[in-house]
Amino acid sequence: MTEPGIRGKTAIIGVGQSPYYKRGKSPDPAFVLTLRAILNACADAGIDPRAIDGFASFSMDRNDPLRMSAALGLRELRFNSMVWGGGGGGGSAAIAGAAAAVHGGLAETVVVFRGLAQGAMRFGGAPPAQYLGGNFAFMAAYGVISPAQQYAAKVIRFMHDHGVRQAALRAIALTSYAHAQNNPNAVMYGRPLDAETYDASRWIAEPFHLYDCCLESDGAAAVIITSAERARHLTERPAYILGAAQGAGYRTDAGSFNGPDFASSHFASLAPRLYAMAGVTPKDVDVVQSYENFTGGVLMSLVEHGFFTAEEANDFLTPDNLNAMGGKLPLNTSGGNIAEAYIHGMSLIVEAARQIRGQSPNQVRDAKVSMVTSGPMAAPVSNCILGAEETL
Amino acid sequence: MTKAATTYLPDALPVPASDGDGLQAPFWSGLEREELLIQRCRHCRTWVFAPEWICHQCHSFDLDWTAVEPTGVIYSWTRVWHPVTPAIAEHMPYLVGVIELPQAGNVRLIGNLLGDPAKAVEIGARVRGVFEHHPAAADNPARKAFTLLQWTPA
Ligand SMILES: [Zn+2]
Repeated sequence: MTEPGIRGKTAIIGVGQSPYYKRGKSPDPAFVLTLRAILNACADAGIDPRAIDGFASFSMDRNDPLRMSAALGLRELRFNSMVWGGGGGGGSAAIAGAAAAVHGGLAETVVVFRGLAQGAMRFGGAPPAQYLGGNFAFMAAYGVISPAQQYAAKVIRFMHDHGVRQAALRAIALTSYAHAQNNPNAVMYGRPLDAETYDASRWIAEPFHLYDCCLESDGAAAVIITSAERARHLTERPAYILGAAQGAGYRTDAGSFNGPDFASSHFASLAPRLYAMAGVTPKDVDVVQSYENFTGGVLMSLVEHGFFTAEEANDFLTPDNLNAMGGKLPLNTSGGNIAEAYIHGMSLIVEAARQIRGQSPNQVRDAKVSMVTSGPMAAPVSNCILGAEETL
Repeated sequence: MTKAATTYLPDALPVPASDGDGLQAPFWSGLEREELLIQRCRHCRTWVFAPEWICHQCHSFDLDWTAVEPTGVIYSWTRVWHPVTPAIAEHMPYLVGVIELPQAGNVRLIGNLLGDPAKAVEIGARVRGVFEHHPAAADNPARKAFTLLQWTPA
């Protein structure tokens, strides 16, 4: 019997990152950061970078695979792909595409990467335009432009419908900061956050305080994907790709906030597909990296992935429950987009693989099933589950 | 000149622009005449918003711009504190509402909630539309007049 989907057919065999910097502080351009992340991932995997034969990224990445291919002297480029969508929702979808390409024999060694620097590619910045058409025509003149402004009303409605309190969002922010204190590569390493500071911080757009919002960073991150068969020969502890999904629900992105699932992270239709392909249930998941564009997106992502109901959110979302050291659901264990760095979520995928490979700065004991949710609210969204050898 | 007082937000934000294909043009010219027009499928009567060329229910291309009473219900909202551009930094915070129109298939419009920006906002509260006219810019021939639809308690 052939197994459906891509379960266990491919694996991440190496992860790499550049140094992470506050936005605009990188001494190197994005291309250099990206090359460094890729070379580090190759070193982690123990492969010659010239063996790479494919690239995958998402959301208008500016690092052209042809230029990288030439710069790295690749013997042959056999696959390159970029996921549509303007946000970080394509991160796990890039993993899915790379895994499918490898499983389907289109390429053998594919890098999934993201690199940005010098303040370019800021999702949080205002569009420079004086006129805006398309969906922006119905929002921009009313002051709804930045991601915080676009997504705040989704979270307000969700919190209203289910009685979720601000402390639930706060717990997500505090968790990222707590984990960053053990991660010397995190931008917020050595800068802990407490509840009082969170409460006193300014609003960006209600219900988002400053600390509910992701950082803006310079940096790059990359992972190397190859077949499960090759992975076993190349590395001691591959992070097998058990499943991945991308997309959106019925009319999710209908303009002027007309999606029926407006008050949502948009994972409701993806989560069952992901679990079915991976052959696991929420109870089996040992650790989650859940993309924080905003903490409210994490709240809805975790609910829609079945870790708790919306009505249980106030009780479940506490710093203790989310901590890597003994929490019920270790979350964003390297500091996430809020306190490690905002590499549009690619750093979360790196961390998810590190948990399986035993390389995390906040290693969850015996982590065997490691989940990523990418870019909540910014449809198309995507997710993936990585697993240790024992899960196959 | 006290222009800032006549509009909820200053004229420093991107102006609605048709994409050149004319899809949105009836909506914006309707607002200029103080008329709220929403698309409705002539074939299956489904309400369609944001504007589209095709009915998502029956795939008919025969959509009709239908005049709708500018009243609605607050579906969600946010209060924005951080200015997206320094040009509106003096006008913070401001209120944004997502308004559902029960009389038009519960389609949603985005607008500002007029009045004290510090006020409490209640999901489910009834609101009525206020047409906010922005004149053409004297110093910029490319910037034509346009009208926004804002919301005040019904
Ligand atoms: Zn129809």
